[in-house]
Amino acid sequence: MIVDLKKFIARERATWEELDEMLKRVENQTITHLTLDEVQRLHYLYERTGAGLIKISTFAAEPNLVRSLESLLIRAYAEMQDVPSRTDTWSPRRWLFRTFPQTFRKHFRFFLAALALTILGGLFGGGAVAFDPDAKAAIAPFPHLLENPSQRVKEEESKPNQMLATAKGRFSAVLMTNNTQVSILALALGVTWGIGTLILLFYNGVILGAVIFDYVRAGQSVFLMGWLLPHGVVEIPAILIAGQAGLLLGQALIGWNSKESVSQRLRSIAGSLVTLISGAALLLIWAGLVEAFLSQYHEPILPYQFKIAFGLIELVTLLAFLIFAGREPAPAVGSSVA
Amino acid sequence: MRTNKLIIQTPEGICLAQQLAGPVTRFLAFAIDLAAICLISSLIAQVLLLTAIVNPDLALAARTVCYFIVTVGYSILLEWFLRGQTLGKRVLKIRVVDAEGLRLRPTQIVIRNLLRLVDLLPAFYAVGGICCVLSPKFQRLGDFAANTVVIYAVPEKIPDLELLFSGTLNSLRSHSHLAAQLRKSISPGEARLALEAVVRRDGLEPNSRLELFRQLADYLRPVAPFPEESLTGLTDEQYVRNIVDLIYRPMVGR
Repeated sequence: MIVDLKKFIARERATWEELDEMLKRVENQTITHLTLDEVQRLHYLYERTGAGLIKISTFAAEPNLVRSLESLLIRAYAEMQDVPSRTDTWSPRRWLFRTFPQTFRKHFRFFLAALALTILGGLFGGGAVAFDPDAKAAIAPFPHLLENPSQRVKEEESKPNQMLATAKGRFSAVLMTNNTQVSILALALGVTWGIGTLILLFYNGVILGAVIFDYVRAGQSVFLMGWLLPHGVVEIPAILIAGQAGLLLGQALIGWNSKESVSQRLRSIAGSLVTLISGAALLLIWAGLVEAFLSQYHEPILPYQFKIAFGLIELVTLLAFLIFAGREPAPAVGSSVA
Repeated sequence: MRTNKLIIQTPEGICLAQQLAGPVTRFLAFAIDLAAICLISSLIAQVLLLTAIVNPDLALAARTVCYFIVTVGYSILLEWFLRGQTLGKRVLKIRVVDAEGLRLRPTQIVIRNLLRLVDLLPAFYAVGGICCVLSPKFQRLGDFAANTVVIYAVPEKIPDLELLFSGTLNSLRSHSHLAAQLRKSISPGEARLALEAVVRRDGLEPNSRLELFRQLADYLRPVAPFPEESLTGLTDEQYVRNIVDLIYRPMVGR
């Protein structure tokens, strides 16, 4: 049997056009809420169009019409099967003070793993410089880290950085964008089952460990703390949070102790990944500003005690924010349902 | 298995297929987007050049930040607001969609674009390109992590059969019993083949068109043995067109 295509199209066209019109309104968010009648109507139109597609595919198979109906049905299917909380308006305040710290705590074990790996890298970097002074040249990514620490401190304290006097803004912008790029890379490398993220975190730790050991050995601990603490206490946790996201992605791909499919696992962590990387980017903006406008100024312009105290206050504030912000209040005793 | 199609089986048992966009089309779309990013960045740089008169440091800082935001945010914002399309994708009529046919979420758009950083490694989109070629659904790593695919988004119009057969006299229509026999004996696949040939005939090379309709007419003549006198003067193409007209518009003229 072959369907009388002309008659079929004439009979069904109104249904398809109504479905198309309804979908356009939903997709363009002209309407945010469908009434019960509208939902029932949408479902009816979807089912009728689906039945029409089956009929046309079986008995006529006119390719353009089949493709047209398939395209219409896929749009309808997307709207009917997956209705995210479109009614909830996104609030930056709620995201910052609830969603971000809650997500951080939810996946805390990945943060701990990132921290442990960085510390391990730090120990390796410090050990490498301790046992082989030439290792510094291979590890240090920036030329100024190759200098003798005591010599550098002497230069910094005697001659304030002239370049910074006229280029603080640009320096800050470069720091922000570079660090954010590194964070995005830490997340993105999670797609290598987390291996790339592990390597990146370990390498960051190696550089950090080598620099710290070099300055401590030279007796420049106070300068080091005054230089690193103001921006480092925010920048390093931000990179670790990005690493946390990368490891979370890696775990979702590997799927240890999970019965869900890869796509289900990835779908369930998508929101957390975006929240963590956005939080890390936000922290890096602050770190970039502090590094350009505060960290690069040393004694006698800025006392080290002030810079160290500033860094410690930042650290405590950040920890308090990540640990306590967005916690749900504990239910009152005796308020449980009887 | 590679099918070049995104197949979605709905709970109602309907099988929906969408044509997947291949690596070459996607690369061309990316090239257009890259050009757009360069253009937008240079326009912003020109505007910020004016502010350098007042504060050169601030102008350079703003340029650095703006370039970064445009590079990272271009695809995210456009795919978000244009429902899975950037300028390049719109030109090449392709679209990012959820791999399971669900609504494309903003988080998926962000993830697939942030992971581009790995797809670009080590240079010239090598990792992403290789993954795209090897993947059954032409997914790069970003697509895989975000659970997205890129499909062709050419809106198909409902065919207008009246227009296709308008202004033509069908000499076979007078043999209603043979027309009924034709509709009974021809398979949907054969009918579809003939219809598609008629629909696409204007896009064929003249020689290919003659050859295609000759073969189709030779195939269809034994299926529907119309009397010789009603076939006199009909070219192969006219014959096939009349056959298709009889199959898909049986009630016309009654």
